[in-house]
Amino acid sequence: MSRRTPRRPEYRKINKDLFVLTYGALVAQLCKDYEKDEDVNAYLDKMGYGIGTRLVEDFLARSCVRRCHSYSEIADIIAQVAFKMYLGITPSVTCHNSSRNEFSLILDKNPLAEFVEELPAGRSSLCYCSLLCGVIRGALEMVNLAADVTFLQDRLKGDSVTEIGITFLKKLDEKKYRRKK
Amino acid sequence: MADTVLFEFLHTEMVAELWAADLHPGPGGQKTSLSVLEGIGFRVGQALGERLPRETLAFKEELDVLKFLCKDLWVAVFQKQMDGLRTNHQGTYILQDNNFPLLVPMASGLQYLEEAPKFLAFTCGLLCGTLRTLGVQSLVTASVTTLPACRFQVVILKS
Repeated sequence: MSRRTPRRPEYRKINKDLFVLTYGALVAQLCKDYEKDEDVNAYLDKMGYGIGTRLVEDFLARSCVRRCHSYSEIADIIAQVAFKMYLGITPSVTCHNSSRNEFSLILDKNPLAEFVEELPAGRSSLCYCSLLCGVIRGALEMVNLAADVTFLQDRLKGDSVTEIGITFLKKLDEKKYRRKK
Repeated sequence: MADTVLFEFLHTEMVAELWAADLHPGPGGQKTSLSVLEGIGFRVGQALGERLPRETLAFKEELDVLKFLCKDLWVAVFQKQMDGLRTNHQGTYILQDNNFPLLVPMASGLQYLEEAPKFLAFTCGLLCGTLRTLGVQSLVTASVTTLPACRFQVVILKS
């Protein structure tokens, strides 16, 4: 075939679509396997956690971020560097409380749900993007930070934006990481 | 955008989780887990097939379709072309990849040979699904002799 070496825009789109489509097929499969929405959400979160624990190394290798000195710096890096790098979007960050450990990432566009028009019938409490929460939680844990990450608002459920809440809990005991496995 | 990484991690996690789910398999046995992964791959392959550039959909013959898989699809999905394509001109094609990206991080050589098929199930489904969208019904299986090289056998089903 006399086609020139392909690095055409269509192929980059396919590459980007591959992850989103695979994720969608995965969620569909889990909906078949589990009746309860909570189970599907928990399963996605668990898978996300596994991905997050490995993704953080990839992130640190690519991004050269320096040590952070506050939770708000971390929230900013997650939104402006990590999300941009992996999903091509930059959520905005807001802080909820004066002790500065509760943050929200507001996404007005959610690439994971690009091909999703609406949640399937009877699946109204499905958190389609639970994987993301798990990823953030897993990644943070690998850098010694415990956090609770949940969806506070979801466009797919009718809210106006998609909002991910990150609550930093107290630092994990450092001894844990010196324990020999 | 580092999409390939995201897909690779998701794929690894899917293999780990969806495989483990069938530790006590029914009469289907090992086949059941593989077919779940293949099924997901099939759906993705169908969707990808619909997204491919238009002019590619007018294939003159079967071999063109397979060449398309080896060049365009493989480049779009794995950033490299397939290393070899052989056929017996009777509906069976062997696609050889000497450095399959989903196997590269695992091992080099004979280590983990038994684990390798799990990592190929999704891709078999992907090939099958894309072929289906392009109008070809097929059966795709994969085999590994030495990581990270593998081969996909595509048998065209005449309806």
